[in-house]
Amino acid sequence: MMKKKLNGYLIAGCIITGIIVLWIIIGRFYTPYPPTKMSSAKLQAPSAAHLFGTDKFGRDIFSRVMQGSGTTLLIAALTIMIGAGAGTVVGAVTGYFGGIVDEVLMRLNDALTAFPSILLALVIISILGPGKYNVIIALGIVFIPSYARMMRTAFAAQRDVNYIISARLMGASNLRILLIHMLPNTLHVLLPALTIGFNNAVLAEASMSFLGIGVTPPDVSMGYMLSEAQGMFRSAPWYALSVGGVIALLVFGVSLIGEGLQIMNKEVN
Amino acid sequence: MKKNLLAGILAVSMVAALLAGCGKGTAQNTGTAGTQAAADAAAGTEQASTERAKANEIVIGIAQDLDQSLDPHYAVAAGTKEVMFNVFEGLVKYDSKGDTVPAVASDVQISDDGLVYTFTLRDGVKFHNGDTVDLDDVIYSIQRCKDDPKVNPQTSTGLQCIESLEKDGDNKLVMTLSEPNTELMSLLTLAILPADYDKQDTAPVGTGPYKYVGRTAQESVELEKFADYWGTPGNIDKVTYKINEKVEGLVMGLESGALDLVSHLSSTQVAELNKDNFNIEQGTMNLVQALYLNNEAAPFDNELVRQALCYAVDRQGILDMAFDGYGFPIGSNVFPAFTKYFDESLVGYYEHDVKKAKELLTQAGYPDGFDMTITVPSNYQPHVDTAEVIAEQLKEVGINATLNRVEWESWKADTYAGRNFQSTVIGLTADPLTARSLLERFTTGQRVPDAEGNRGNNFINYNNADYDALFEQAVKCYDDAEQVKIYKEMEKNLTEHAASVYIQDMADMVAVRKGLTGLTFYPLYVLDVSTLKWE
Amino acid sequence: MKYAARRILALFITMILVSFLAFAAFHIISGDPARAILGMNATEKQLELMRHELGLDKPFIVQYFSWLLGFFSGNLGISYSYRQPVASLIMPKLKVTLVMVLISFAIIVVFSLPLGLRAAQKSESRFDWIRTSINQLCMAVPAFFLSILVSYVFGIILKFFTPGDFPKMDKNLMGALRYLFFAAVCIAIPRIAMAVRMLKSTLIEEMEKDYVRTAISRGNDRVEVLKKHVLKNSLVPTITFLGQTMAEIVGGSIVVEQVFGIPGMGRFLVASISNRDYPVVEALVVILAFWVILSGTVADLINQKIDPRLKLGGRA
Repeated sequence: MMKKKLNGYLIAGCIITGIIVLWIIIGRFYTPYPPTKMSSAKLQAPSAAHLFGTDKFGRDIFSRVMQGSGTTLLIAALTIMIGAGAGTVVGAVTGYFGGIVDEVLMRLNDALTAFPSILLALVIISILGPGKYNVIIALGIVFIPSYARMMRTAFAAQRDVNYIISARLMGASNLRILLIHMLPNTLHVLLPALTIGFNNAVLAEASMSFLGIGVTPPDVSMGYMLSEAQGMFRSAPWYALSVGGVIALLVFGVSLIGEGLQIMNKEVN
Repeated sequence: MKKNLLAGILAVSMVAALLAGCGKGTAQNTGTAGTQAAADAAAGTEQASTERAKANEIVIGIAQDLDQSLDPHYAVAAGTKEVMFNVFEGLVKYDSKGDTVPAVASDVQISDDGLVYTFTLRDGVKFHNGDTVDLDDVIYSIQRCKDDPKVNPQTSTGLQCIESLEKDGDNKLVMTLSEPNTELMSLLTLAILPADYDKQDTAPVGTGPYKYVGRTAQESVELEKFADYWGTPGNIDKVTYKINEKVEGLVMGLESGALDLVSHLSSTQVAELNKDNFNIEQGTMNLVQALYLNNEAAPFDNELVRQALCYAVDRQGILDMAFDGYGFPIGSNVFPAFTKYFDESLVGYYEHDVKKAKELLTQAGYPDGFDMTITVPSNYQPHVDTAEVIAEQLKEVGINATLNRVEWESWKADTYAGRNFQSTVIGLTADPLTARSLLERFTTGQRVPDAEGNRGNNFINYNNADYDALFEQAVKCYDDAEQVKIYKEMEKNLTEHAASVYIQDMADMVAVRKGLTGLTFYPLYVLDVSTLKWE
Repeated sequence: MKYAARRILALFITMILVSFLAFAAFHIISGDPARAILGMNATEKQLELMRHELGLDKPFIVQYFSWLLGFFSGNLGISYSYRQPVASLIMPKLKVTLVMVLISFAIIVVFSLPLGLRAAQKSESRFDWIRTSINQLCMAVPAFFLSILVSYVFGIILKFFTPGDFPKMDKNLMGALRYLFFAAVCIAIPRIAMAVRMLKSTLIEEMEKDYVRTAISRGNDRVEVLKKHVLKNSLVPTITFLGQTMAEIVGGSIVVEQVFGIPGMGRFLVASISNRDYPVVEALVVILAFWVILSGTVADLINQKIDPRLKLGGRA
């Protein structure tokens, strides 16, 4: 019963995400129209020629979404990798060792959490200049604190658990304890957080575009398109709906995988 | 779950209904109909605006808050001037054609040599604080604009020609100049302020048809009809400006009934509105929109490359693509509404011609094109749109353009003041409304640092000896017709040497709620509320 | 008690750290407040005058310490963009955002707890996947996309409120609350979905633990066990989550305030950053920091009361 269910989420998630990823990969090589090609057929409703309709410059939204979701996927995935990676390290160190390291890192962590992410992003973009990869770095840093805090709790909760204490008594090195004994037990916290983080990263990129510091044309991202579509909700609802729909589907697929992994992880345990 | 979800939705709507009900209650209790009625669930859009029409009030949506100082002599933002135009007046003021007409002065006599101006003060002009305007106020105001270092340099420089200001009796002011100045009248639209009043920056007092009531940071600004106005009084009793940095928010405000009038909309935004409720009026923005090229940054230090760009960019294509065909193409740094100086023959100087552009590029040593960056202020969507279309057009000649969207303050600091850019799309305005303010900026004097090391406004680093010489002639020329000719020569110079890729003066779409009439366009960035009225 | 004192000390240290970071940030990002005030055509001389007037010609450290000194004597300075004391400017904005955040938080708590419990209880059901999928979908909808939808549907079409016409709170409290309610819902929905999911997995995990299984197999009443042990042990992550939620919905309010046109703190922060209005941003950043850290601290303190094992840093 349990077994069947977990596969269900995982399979459904993989199928949805897989289709989108495949679609994105195809988009690297082929799009129905060149994504920046303008035409006089502006703001046309979806049709056979333009599956998602056209935008204010007569560009084919389907082609743009194909390319834009690739950018977004890249941004979100790398952002999460930076955020969760660094966050886990910080969380492990602070949660396991405690003490002065914990104090200092957590104060810094708090400061970073409390620091408005827009301002932080502006600073980083100011130093590094605009562009896709700098957006990733900026967002990655923004995402560290929440992971660090969560992982710290997860690690700290295990610190005084019997088997960890006995591992320590048996002379296992700290690194070994952290990696072999503790890390697997934090996965149930980390995995769902990764998928939630993915959603947040997509959104954060959208908010940055909304405020004018995201990716720069001719690069196109879902966030950029969504903020553009907002102003045309009445005259071209398909624009916002198709972009929003693909974002939702992408995030949905990824969260299903997360759900599936979580259950599978539990089964193994 | 489904059941739960349903229950949840139900609960949410119940809370909403409850809140709605309570709102109704308060509305009836307090009786301040204006805003509450708008919020009234049952009442809806029509009623909100009808209530305002009955109360003879309007709400105007604006996209930026006013300046930190409301003192008209210090105010710099176009958005501030647009609002405060209704509060202040000078000895003369602009009419809707852009000519100066008497205001605080009822008459002006100019001596034949153009050196002595005699103004007659209008009888019984009152300040909003109830005081009567006297000659001391006038002298104080002019003197302040001439001497105070915080005043807009374009105004204070122009006023330096005033040698003396003397009273002749109670109501005559004699102004003597050191040299004639054909643009003096435009400068004398400067606001007349009470001499002994020091709260202009927070509680401004002027002589205009509307008086300032108050502001709430980032929310609203309120004006009220001035009952003792000397001229034709306004019709609307109370004017509220609501601020929303997001133009989409303003459009929604119109739809919801919160706003009655919003200017500077684009055709796309106008398309969002329900035409049963609004009239769309079209004027001009009165600015020079161009792809400004940094004449010192490679490859735009090469005139051939600049000309190639002029041929490669299809202005009509930009208008059609990004502005639904609205807008007025230009060929040099003067906008069409400034008819006196606008030279129509320059509009067609560079016809869209890809082949010619490629030839020029080959001649310049770029047969395969090059990469370039277009810097755009991210908060001005029309400029961003224009840049996107240009980037697409430039592909045809092999130029690969990338956009660099920056914050407005970064644009001002890095691009404009720092001149650290390759090309940028922006619109330049005339302030004050003189040919000089539009054309002086491209002279060498404005390009290189002065004795104190300050650079002027020639942010594109245009460097042309003929242009400089023409400008010298123009300033020294006291014959109006002759001067116009020289200024037009200067415009032609900019076009021929392809100082920048001049595009258009943008159309200014104003959405006005049905029933509200009397909107008047000026060749300035202002909105005259005194002529508006509810039918 | 000592733990609490340490946390409060930490809170102050962090606030100072944050204020310094914000100050430093302004030093790095381009843009000049003097130019922001004086406009494009300002001369270098005017700019110098203005910088002097604002005290921007002093060294960075001096500027910072004079701000800090002012802050501790209760003086937040004068806004560059409005020539008004910062405190009186931001007070009304804070009130609006605080009310919105509290409404949103209340909605989250009221809906997520019962929904989460039920989801955990019914996790064995055949239709669990429907529930889970709906929940996942709610998480996948961007909050500002939701805001656009809600303002169209409830504002323009159903006219429950008038988008773009936020009533002044002191004049029309109920109107303002109603307006804020819709914005709060948009902030709340994705968070509710997250909370439900978190609760569900925590509860299930707890229920599958050996002691629970043993307790149930020994014939103890299932509900009793659930109440006594499972709920108590699930409390810690739940409270941590709520603490985070409290902090994060303030951040989420920025975009929602933009879409709804609510004159709150988030919108003011964004505008002040783009106007380079340092004193306002400094004040808002410190308040934001206070809020974020306070939420975390309170959650930690409560957790520590529930589960003393979590006495972190006590060994130092």
